[in-house]
This record gives sequence, C-alpha cells and structure tokens, in this order.
Amino acid sequence: MLELLAQTGLNAVYAASYISLVAVGLVLIFGVMGVVNFAHGELFMAGAYAIVALYADMHVPFFVAVAIGLVFVGCLGLLMEKALFRPLKDNPLGGLVASIGFLMILQALAVMGFGVRMEHIPPVTQEVIAFSDKVRLPVARLYVIVAALVLLSALWYFLKKTKFGWALRASAQDPEAAALQGISITQTAKIAMFIGAGLAGIAGALTAPLVSVNPHMGHSVIVTAFIVIIVGGVGSLEGAIVASVAYAIVHTFVTTFYDGVLADIVGLCLMLIVLIVKPTGLFGSADRA
Amino acid sequence: MPKFMIWIAALAALIALPHGLSFSQQEILVFLTINVLLVASYRLLTLTGEWSLGHVVIMGVGAYTSALLTKKFGVFVPVSMLMGGVAAALIAVLLSFPLFRMKGFYFLIGSFAAGEIIRLLWKRFRDPFGGAKGIKGIDPMPDFSIGFYQFDFFEPTSYYYFAGFIVIICLWILWRIEKSPVGLTFHAVHWQDKLAQASGVNVRAYRTLAFAIASGFAGISGALLAHYVGTINPNAFDIDLMVFVLTWAIVGGTATFYGPILGCVVLTVINEIVLRELGLEQMRPLIYGAIMILSILFLPNGLESLVQKATQKRAGNGAAQRSPAE
Repeated sequence: MLELLAQTGLNAVYAASYISLVAVGLVLIFGVMGVVNFAHGELFMAGAYAIVALYADMHVPFFVAVAIGLVFVGCLGLLMEKALFRPLKDNPLGGLVASIGFLMILQALAVMGFGVRMEHIPPVTQEVIAFSDKVRLPVARLYVIVAALVLLSALWYFLKKTKFGWALRASAQDPEAAALQGISITQTAKIAMFIGAGLAGIAGALTAPLVSVNPHMGHSVIVTAFIVIIVGGVGSLEGAIVASVAYAIVHTFVTTFYDGVLADIVGLCLMLIVLIVKPTGLFGSADRA
Repeated sequence: MPKFMIWIAALAALIALPHGLSFSQQEILVFLTINVLLVASYRLLTLTGEWSLGHVVIMGVGAYTSALLTKKFGVFVPVSMLMGGVAAALIAVLLSFPLFRMKGFYFLIGSFAAGEIIRLLWKRFRDPFGGAKGIKGIDPMPDFSIGFYQFDFFEPTSYYYFAGFIVIICLWILWRIEKSPVGLTFHAVHWQDKLAQASGVNVRAYRTLAFAIASGFAGISGALLAHYVGTINPNAFDIDLMVFVLTWAIVGGTATFYGPILGCVVLTVINEIVLRELGLEQMRPLIYGAIMILSILFLPNGLESLVQKATQKRAGNGAAQRSPAE
C-alpha cells in the first residue's frame, strides 16, 4: 500500500510538471494580452509533432529536436500575436474566436501532414530509476520533471529580476500606465506570446514519447489547463503552479484508485466549487475579475 | 401586401428546397434545420450578455430525456420531445444557482465545467445513460399521413418538414419573447444592469428566465436530433459542436434575431456543401478555420452588418417618407 502511494505520488509529480508548463504559458498570455488562447492545447500538440517529424522520422538527436520544437512553437506564438491578437486587441470575444480558428487550422495541418492515426515514437531511453520493486520512475518522465523545474525557475528569475520581466509584469498590470512609462506593449506582447507558446511546445515535445500523439491530443490538455488557471486564479503564475500540483495529485490518485472519468468529474467539480466560493481563484486579485 | 407575399414565397421555397437536393444533402438540411433552432435559442441567452459554453450539453439533456422517456416508459414521441425541452429548462434553473454567481469570462468557463460534468456523468453511468456508447435504437417518430402527404420518417425529406414545422413555431415563440416586455428587459439586463436593478428589475431572476427559456428550446432541438439519428452518445454533445454554435453566433452577429441563423446557414452551406463539392474533404477544417479568422478580422459585426447595410441603402433610396424601419 505504501508503495502504491509512493508510485502514485511520483506519477502526480510528473503530471504536475507538464500541466504547470502548459498552464503557466496560458496564464502569461492571458495576463499580458488579455485573451483566452483556446489554441494552447494545439501548441502542445505542435510541440509533440515536432518530435514526430524530427526525432522519429528524421532521426535528429532527441534534445536537439526538443530545442527546435520549442523555437518552432514559440514562433507559432509570434505568428498568432501578429496575425490575430494584435489586430483584435479591443475585441476579447474576437480573440477567442480567432484562436479557435487557429486551433482548427493547426489540427487540420497535423491531419494532412501525419494522418489521424496515433504516432509511434521510439522511446528516448529505457532507463528506469528503481526506488524499490514497485516504485519506479522512468528517466523519460524525469526529463519532464527537470525541465519544468528549470524552466519555471528561469521564468521566475526573468520576471522578477530582469528589466524585461519588470516591463512584462507592468504591462500585464496596467497596459496604459506601462505604455506611458515608455514600455513597448507590442514588444512585451511578443515576448509573452513566445514564452507562453514555447512552454506549451516544450511540454508537448518532452511528453511526446510518453503519450499517444494524435491531432486531437490538445483537447484534454486545454481542459486541464483551464481548470488549473481557474483554480489558481486567472492571471496568477504562482497560483497556476500551486493549482497544477494540487490538480495533478487529486487527478492521479482518483484515477489510480477509481477511474479516469471520475477523476475528470472530480477535477471539474473542484473548479466549480472554487468558482462559486472564490471566483477570483486561490491566488487571484479581486480587481482583475 | 408585399411583405406578406415575401413570407409566402419564402415558405414555398423552403417546402420545395429538399426536392432539388441529393440524399446526403437532404440529411444535412435536417441537421441544419435543427441547428437553426439551437443557435436561435443560444441568441436568447446572449441577449442578457452571457456567453455559455454549456449550451450543447443542455441540448443533450433534451436528447437524453426524450430518448429515455420513449425507451423506458414508452412515452409518445412528440410528447417526449416537449418533455425533453422541459427537462433541459429545469436543469438550467438548477445550474443557474452556481453559475449566476459568475459573470463574463468566469461564466464562460463555469458553464463549460458544469456542462462537462453532466457529459461525463452520461459517460460514467452505463445505467441508464448507456456509458460512452450512449443510447441506441431510439424510437423514431411514428409515421402518419395528413391526406395529401405521407410522412415516412426514414426519409430525410419527411423529417425535414416535421422538424421545420416545429422549428418555425419555436422561432416564432422566441421572436415574440424577444419583442415582449420580458425581452426588452433582457436587453436592459445586458446593457444597463445597474440602471435596471435600480428601477426594480430583479436582474438575477431575468437572467435565470432567459437561461431557462434558451435551454428549453435547446432541449427541444436535442430531442429532434435524437429521434432522427436514432442513437446518441456523450461525444455527440462535446465542445466541438459548442465551438460551432459559438462561431455561428459570432460570425453571423448577435445584434439581430436573424444574425446567428444567417451565420449558421452560411457557414454550414460553405462547410458541408461547397467544400465537399470542391473535393476538399481533408482541407475542410483548415478552410473553415481560415474563414472564421478572416470574418472576425474583417467583419467584426458579423454577416448581419452586411444585410443591414444593404437594406438601409435600399430604404434610403426608396421610401424616405416612412418612419425609420427596424
């Protein structure tokens, strides 16, 4: 029993890692651009397909492929900012519809390029860290956990300690005042889009060998990310991380001990309860609501 | 009476329409008719300023209720459809308690969560909802004859006439509601909620009322769908269809009654007929996505703004003595 608990705990840490990478990107985009990016799950999917194309088909070394995937998805983010979100700045519903349109385009491109079937990706490494007979952590999952820790710490440092990071947070808090201080809103929007999309891309790329890659894999990712950002408080990066961990623990344990559908129901119920009791989320500030 | 003549001509065109179409196009026409009711009921909800992502699941409530009533209790089909609508409205009233504590973006996400919970409950509980496979072999509408026309409900044309009749009645009711004092209050709740509240309008009650009415008609559209296709499952009411409803409403525009219907008809015709005929099967979602983006970028007020421009120009040329028409 103890071993089962430990193993489930490890699974939860892995789940929390990639969920937080996706959710933090979504929060960053919402904070700076004020738009709900429905295509975020498809950016995750694009990262996974970068691995299919580069690593599985063209035999590029895995980590090189991941790096290229990150830059590629980041550039998709820049494209979205320039083509969709900047022209629709004063139309929040419009940004949402445009991102749904973009989502359909990305999905269609994946279907046309790779077909609807599941992709087989050769495992990156078969190595497993065995704590005991039944408590084992595949190294491929460890990569995801390490990447989340490193990238989120780097993002924290960037936002809190560098000039760009300060500018980014300022334009998230009050775009007009930030613009008056000489901060280029377009510039910060670009940076936020690149980082936000890139985080989703790298999460997709790193998890690609571990999950079933298909053109519609983004759906469950975006649902999870929405739950997490609501529970954490829309616009709060710390909240997104804390909520990712909490959601991953609850979801993994309910899945292990009951079943996956019930875990989804429990997750959604948690989110509804948070919305009812404290609509601004656990870490959200009242004035952004 | 030129206006009267236009309505007669439109009705005749609608009756003649399926006879010029292929079988698969007739089937699409049936779905289109049902979706028109769905999107028109969605507009009533948007009148109060809320954008729900749970509307399609509410439609599913109507479908499941009507299917189960006929299957388990042998309720007569048209009656079960009506009860499907009633059940959907009741569920909406229930959901309004948690959901109307939220507004705007939070309502959007909250309604999505509530809908997903209902949908996953259908998936989880095999009894009575049939689990992921859903309900099969739903009783079709019983055939009947009205003298000169024999209704055979395995024919899409017959079902189109039946569904069309129901949908026109529902649209007429929705239209009357919107033009009634209640409908005007819905507008007030959206645009002037503080003022409405100060004038003694129970804003919360009116929002719930709009939600319940919209949901009731969505439930009827779901029941119409269930008894046509004969099988329903949780995935038929997932976010994909909801996204379509949302885009129909936004691409069409929600300032007028006909805007969302126009969006639904135009986008469905483009997606299902034009792109299929051109042999662009795989590219369809891509082109559809591009159309969505282009229309939101270049036609932010929806297709209805084109119609308004056209009719205004004509009114300006022709009848200057008339008082400003709607």
